[in-house]
Amino acid sequence: MLSVEGLSVRIGTGRGQARILDEVTLSVPRGGTLGVVGESGCGKSTLLRAILGILPRGTQVPAGAILFEGRDILADRAASARGRIGFIPQDPYLSLNPVFTAGAQILEAMRHHAPGTRRDHKAKLAELFRAVQLPDPEAALDKYPHEFSGGQRQRLLIAAALACDPALVVADEPTTALDVTTQREILALLRQLTAARGLSLLFVTHDFGVLAAVCERVAVLYAGRVAETGLTRAVLDDPRHPYTRMLLGCHPDRAVDLTGIPGTVPAATAQPAGCRFHPRCPLVQPGCAREVPPMLPLAEGHAVACPFHALPLPEPALA
Amino acid sequence: MARYILRRILLALPALFGLVLLTFVLTRVIPADPAATLAGDAATPAQLAEIRARYGLDRPLWEQAVTHMRQVLSGDLGSSIFSGRPVMEEIVFRLPATLELTFVALLLATGLGVPLGLLAALNHNGPIDHLARLISVGGLAIASFWLAIMLQLIFAMDLDVLPLRGRIDVALGAPPTVTGFFLVDSLLAGRLDLLVDTLRHLALPAVTLCLPGLASIARFTRSGVLETLQKDFVLYAQAAGYGRVRLAAIYVLRNAVTVTVAQIGLLFGALISGAVAVEAIFDWPGLGTYAVQAILSADYKALLAVTLVVGVVYAVVNVLVDVAQALIDPRVAEQVK
Amino acid sequence: MTALRHLLRDPVAALGLALVLFAIVVALFAPWLAPYPEDAFESRLLQRLKPPSAEFPFGTDNLGRDILSRVILGTRSAVVVAVSVVLAAMLIGVPVGLWAGWREGWVSETLMRVTDVFLAVPQLILALALGQLMAPGLTTAMVALALTYWPFFARTVHAETRRLRGALFVDALAGIGASTPRILLLHVLPNAAPAILVRATIGMGFTILTAAILGFLGVGAAPPSPDWGLAVAEARQHLPEAWWFPTFPGLAILLLVLGFNLLGDGLRDVADPRLRRGR
Repeated sequence: MLSVEGLSVRIGTGRGQARILDEVTLSVPRGGTLGVVGESGCGKSTLLRAILGILPRGTQVPAGAILFEGRDILADRAASARGRIGFIPQDPYLSLNPVFTAGAQILEAMRHHAPGTRRDHKAKLAELFRAVQLPDPEAALDKYPHEFSGGQRQRLLIAAALACDPALVVADEPTTALDVTTQREILALLRQLTAARGLSLLFVTHDFGVLAAVCERVAVLYAGRVAETGLTRAVLDDPRHPYTRMLLGCHPDRAVDLTGIPGTVPAATAQPAGCRFHPRCPLVQPGCAREVPPMLPLAEGHAVACPFHALPLPEPALA
Repeated sequence: MARYILRRILLALPALFGLVLLTFVLTRVIPADPAATLAGDAATPAQLAEIRARYGLDRPLWEQAVTHMRQVLSGDLGSSIFSGRPVMEEIVFRLPATLELTFVALLLATGLGVPLGLLAALNHNGPIDHLARLISVGGLAIASFWLAIMLQLIFAMDLDVLPLRGRIDVALGAPPTVTGFFLVDSLLAGRLDLLVDTLRHLALPAVTLCLPGLASIARFTRSGVLETLQKDFVLYAQAAGYGRVRLAAIYVLRNAVTVTVAQIGLLFGALISGAVAVEAIFDWPGLGTYAVQAILSADYKALLAVTLVVGVVYAVVNVLVDVAQALIDPRVAEQVK
Repeated sequence: MTALRHLLRDPVAALGLALVLFAIVVALFAPWLAPYPEDAFESRLLQRLKPPSAEFPFGTDNLGRDILSRVILGTRSAVVVAVSVVLAAMLIGVPVGLWAGWREGWVSETLMRVTDVFLAVPQLILALALGQLMAPGLTTAMVALALTYWPFFARTVHAETRRLRGALFVDALAGIGASTPRILLLHVLPNAAPAILVRATIGMGFTILTAAILGFLGVGAAPPSPDWGLAVAEARQHLPEAWWFPTFPGLAILLLVLGFNLLGDGLRDVADPRLRRGR
């Protein structure tokens, strides 16, 4: 369905080349759900933008491919993938244009990427509004964004993502801007809709709790590289990469944010050589600064980019 | 929306009230002795006393203020010291000429400025952007009266392709007055020759007058578009696969022009100011020429009346601008509630 | 200094600064720079309306005076008018804005309404009315311009003060017992300074233009002073023959105003990085 193969993305800045993504490989099978998790600055957003074909000007893609339904959508910029990939943005407050009605904004995308007439589109949209449980779905078409609450706007955006009958939905932390109760409702809705329609879902988040609730598989991203990937259950129950272990170890309830590891994510312009986690890693060995660790396959699709994944973490690191 | 419009009109009233008060202060307080100003240098004490009594200048100041207020509200702006004719009559007769000129200039400024600003933003730091910056900075730096004379020199005197002055060819005569706007009146009369001649006469003054407006409209549109392009919803629209042209020309522009529209209100003031000099140079029979005549003949009544009328027109334009803004961006009316 | 370096990195702003500095130098040394400083006021009817030549690079005017000399001497009055008008307007507008922005109450309310009234009429019209009521002349024109420009400062400073009044550090200062004048002068004013500076620079250009219009309309400088606006007005009777007569004084206005506007733009970019062009 979607597979990202060895994708590297760079941006030239005033202070040299920023290596935002480096040899990132991951895939979402048909009907599958993949969560991409990582701290801010790890390259999640760039990955999303690459998949959506909206990389900012000035970015280079020196290597890699993004295959969607068998075609490389990076090389073949034809808008054909548009519409087939639905997008749910992070901030429902900022993602809708305040001066157009909700209907006008979604219909504009449908005009380009969905078959049928405007009347068909309207009927379909009203139906989708009902499916996402917006109150008064017919009237919602003619309302302006500021007339909806945050949760309603996110429902609206989910409907928009589904409007052109996509095969894949890409969601960028769609619940961070919402309160906890609304968060739970939105996640439930998302799960239900993707399952009912057999959609693939790529879900980006920094929140393991959200991830566990939505995704079958997970890829942990650190400083532009995949650190660990596998079934969500397997990774959560038996994390192997020191980074993942520390993340999860920091929070025994496993459902909170990624904080509490000494040091910070390195700047994209000053990535350390070798393993990018080595300056913060409790298991660091002399070789870590020289060689980029390859992905080592473990059981049932679980893989980790650390040769020392079997070693135990020293106690203080888990405190 | 109706409530918003009403509110906006009510908000404009205190400033207008203040303006009437200000004109009073200007006439009665600033000159040490208004009667002397009225009577001229050679007046005898008896004449002065007579003038004081006639104009109520011997009454207490507050009483004069109330009288002034009452007169202005009833549309009585006094009579010209110079010609003795009621100032209001003169202004009503001349206002359409000025409005026609400023309106055409505003239309030119918007019609050229918005696309220029949009193209500049989409071409950020490219050649069109630099050209636009040159036009917008130059347009605000050029003295309107000088530009007017230069254009006259080139197009009316040297090349002789456009008329030098006036609103219409005297030999043709003005179209029968319906609205006072020659463009409209000549169409109503079915006189295409008059329409063409009016346009030819409008060309140089309107171009002169539009330049500062064009400059600031292009500038604000440009920065508005650049700012809007940074917004999340543009990224979202790109991801949703909007057409490129449509995204820029409608989706982004509509957000960007809310700022531009707010500027048009301010611009109108600049246009009217510019019109004073430009009208004088092109012998345009409007308020500007009237104001200049009033200055030359020291006719302070006429000048203050012009100030007052311009203030009222300005306030009306600003109310209209706010309403337009609320129509473009529904949040504007919402915020006021 | 960082601000200056930022400013100079933008070639257009640097050009503006160069134009302004050039004009200031010309204004300071005008009598020494002008080729015929004493001729500027003397009529030489034998050499009237001569086109530009090696002897008179900008030609001569209707009284045979060297236009280049008069343009150079006119720079001085233009700069003096701009600086004094803007300074005077600042002296009124900044305190009004500070006071009205800091205090609640009817005084502040009234001050801002008065500001609104002034802003409700185009500046030139108001200046014309004022200039006419007092005896016309250069001083009157300057007073009229200052009296009509202060509301712009009041508005700017008012907005800044309002914004800062809610800021945490101001609360903290009030908490440790700093007096109001102290807070306003030492903490609020410096924060508002960039906005004031930008407004002042743009005001210079604006004032030069408006003063030129006043001069052109005969409400400003009086003959025989070498005023640019006045020169353009005098030139009108001698067109189309003497094209050089209005051209050069007008170009001088254009360049000086351009300089201030470009500089103001550059300063605005430095003061408000959010709007910086290069983003």
